[in-house]
Amino acid sequence: MAEAKAITQPPTGLQRATDSVFRGLCYSFAWLSVLAVIFIVLRIAFAAAPAVRQYGLGFLATRTWDPNKEQFGILPEIWGTMYTSMLALGIGTAFGVAAAVFLSESYLGAFVFSVLKLFHLEFHPFWGKLPEQVENVLKNLIELLAAIPSVVYGLWGLHVVIPLIRPACDWLHMRMGWFAPFGTDLSGPGVLPAVVVLSIMILPTITAISRQALVSVPPKLRMAAYGLGATQWETIFAVILPTAARGILGGILLAFGRALGETMALAMLVGNANTISVSLFSPANTLAALLANTFPEAHPKEIGVLMYAALVLLGITLVVNMIGAFILQRASAGIEGGK
Amino acid sequence: MKTSHWGMMVLTAIITLSFVACSGNKGSTEGVRLQGAGASFPNPLYQKWFKTYSASHGSVQIDYQSVGSGSGVKSVIDKTVDFGASDMAMTPEDMAKVDGGVQLLPMTAGCIVLTYNLKGVTNLKLSRATYAGIFLGKVKKWNDPLIKKDNPGVALPDGPVNVVVRADGSGTTFVFTKHLSAISPEFAQNPGVNSLPNWPTGTRSKGNDGVTASVMMTPGAIGYIEYGYAKSQNLPMAILENKSGSFVAPSTASAQAALATAQFPDDLIAWVPDPDAKDAYPIATYTWIICYKQYHDKAKLPVLRDLLTYCITDGQKESEALGYIPLPAAVADKAKAAIQNIALAPNAT
Repeated sequence: MAEAKAITQPPTGLQRATDSVFRGLCYSFAWLSVLAVIFIVLRIAFAAAPAVRQYGLGFLATRTWDPNKEQFGILPEIWGTMYTSMLALGIGTAFGVAAAVFLSESYLGAFVFSVLKLFHLEFHPFWGKLPEQVENVLKNLIELLAAIPSVVYGLWGLHVVIPLIRPACDWLHMRMGWFAPFGTDLSGPGVLPAVVVLSIMILPTITAISRQALVSVPPKLRMAAYGLGATQWETIFAVILPTAARGILGGILLAFGRALGETMALAMLVGNANTISVSLFSPANTLAALLANTFPEAHPKEIGVLMYAALVLLGITLVVNMIGAFILQRASAGIEGGK
Repeated sequence: MKTSHWGMMVLTAIITLSFVACSGNKGSTEGVRLQGAGASFPNPLYQKWFKTYSASHGSVQIDYQSVGSGSGVKSVIDKTVDFGASDMAMTPEDMAKVDGGVQLLPMTAGCIVLTYNLKGVTNLKLSRATYAGIFLGKVKKWNDPLIKKDNPGVALPDGPVNVVVRADGSGTTFVFTKHLSAISPEFAQNPGVNSLPNWPTGTRSKGNDGVTASVMMTPGAIGYIEYGYAKSQNLPMAILENKSGSFVAPSTASAQAALATAQFPDDLIAWVPDPDAKDAYPIATYTWIICYKQYHDKAKLPVLRDLLTYCITDGQKESEALGYIPLPAAVADKAKAAIQNIALAPNAT
């Protein structure tokens, strides 16, 4: 029974050592990330402690920001952050999911294909690849929106968007000024320009993730729906979107996080006025913009207060993420229950 | 497969080590390097001075970061820079925090103008009550009787006055609120003097350029910016009433008339919140460079003194082209004399 050297053998000492070192490294890097987040939160909390003791929870409910009288309150900023982010999320979701559906159903590719058919080129070795390439270009163009720096968005909004929407806003204010969202007139930067630019900024996130989710729907589901006699739009709304809902919701949550934390573009466009108003045309202020504008020249007494505001922003982001995770869990439970 | 794997690791190690070695070789050439930080208002002028000085003195490199007056003062207190710069000078409490003491030197001056966006109106005149009222939020429309009285015969639109103020803390705001508090007791009560006060009205924009953009794009807007900005962009500037009742347009001559009335005490900090000369423009201010009174570095001290002397004497010729006000001769002499106060520390290396 003399065997030749076996093909399989137990791991050598070196292999086992490499394995445990590698595993240890992975664990430590993962823990380092968690510790880094905890460290940041703790440092901010320590710096904010004197301000928290001095102002308490009234800080979250008062409106004045007066460094001379040492009265600070961030209620307008909390309102502004939530209002602009929600509106931008609404617009961004509508356009983003629509763009994702357009991309996943390959409408543009089908159109190019039908044009090629007119010229009998649809199976040409070179021209036949055109539909796929056009689809790729469109997908990359939308993802390129995410590469534009925030400052550039702010400058574009200031110099292009505001003059562009001003005539429409003035008309709306004149004719429908009784309707609360059109109550004031557009005196320059305000909620609406900020919302328009913010929704463009979160569009690529929603589109990319939603497109991925839509494309991952098993082709069997699609074919089954068509086989049962559903039209294309019935399939999209009743079968494909619900199946991809979990991924789409994840993308929306990510976009909401980005909208909450967006700093430079909003610092230029939101008007930085400490007012609370439902009007789309009035200026507002957001927590991130407040921090960006006041921190550089803050007196030592103000720094504690600003750290408190930063802590509040972290808290809002955490609460939003928790609510989103909860919604995700409920949504996927409903859909995957059928399996 | 294994050999190429090892080869990759060796290559990565070599590249990493070479980066580390390169970074260790910084600053091996001799020459003096000065580090400064502070106000953004005189930044264009300082950059021009420092570049000219470096060009004529080959081994000297001067780095100035325009991070704002407040951060400049903080850097001087923390001793992270060789000199600072501030539009708001330095309070006695802050000066006491620096052991060895500081010497402030006025370098240049500027004035703050009110720019506006009114179609068809070119020389807008505003009396003291009017422009204080605008920034207090009391004068809300352009056809208000106060504005009409200041501008007889001018067709003013029936639109709202869109006030634009600064969103970020700044020395410009500090000087402007100092002036408004001097002319209006109500303003001194409510927002008061601050680099980021609680303005009762207006939208806020970031930086001089943000305010400029907002005013240029919003019909019926009015905002405050530095004279240099307004001049370089050819923006309309309001003609303001000064303490003796005459309406004066902003210019180098009228700002110099305002600054000439400043009395300089020994620490060379003087304000003119409300000048009373007849042809003085009402809102003008000096800006200072903050040096330590004692330096420990034998090589840096003579270079710093030479640089400051250049800025106060020959450098003043470049001020007007960039929209700054050259120092009056008396003030320049006082500043030159004060440079002698900057000396070596007793235990210098």
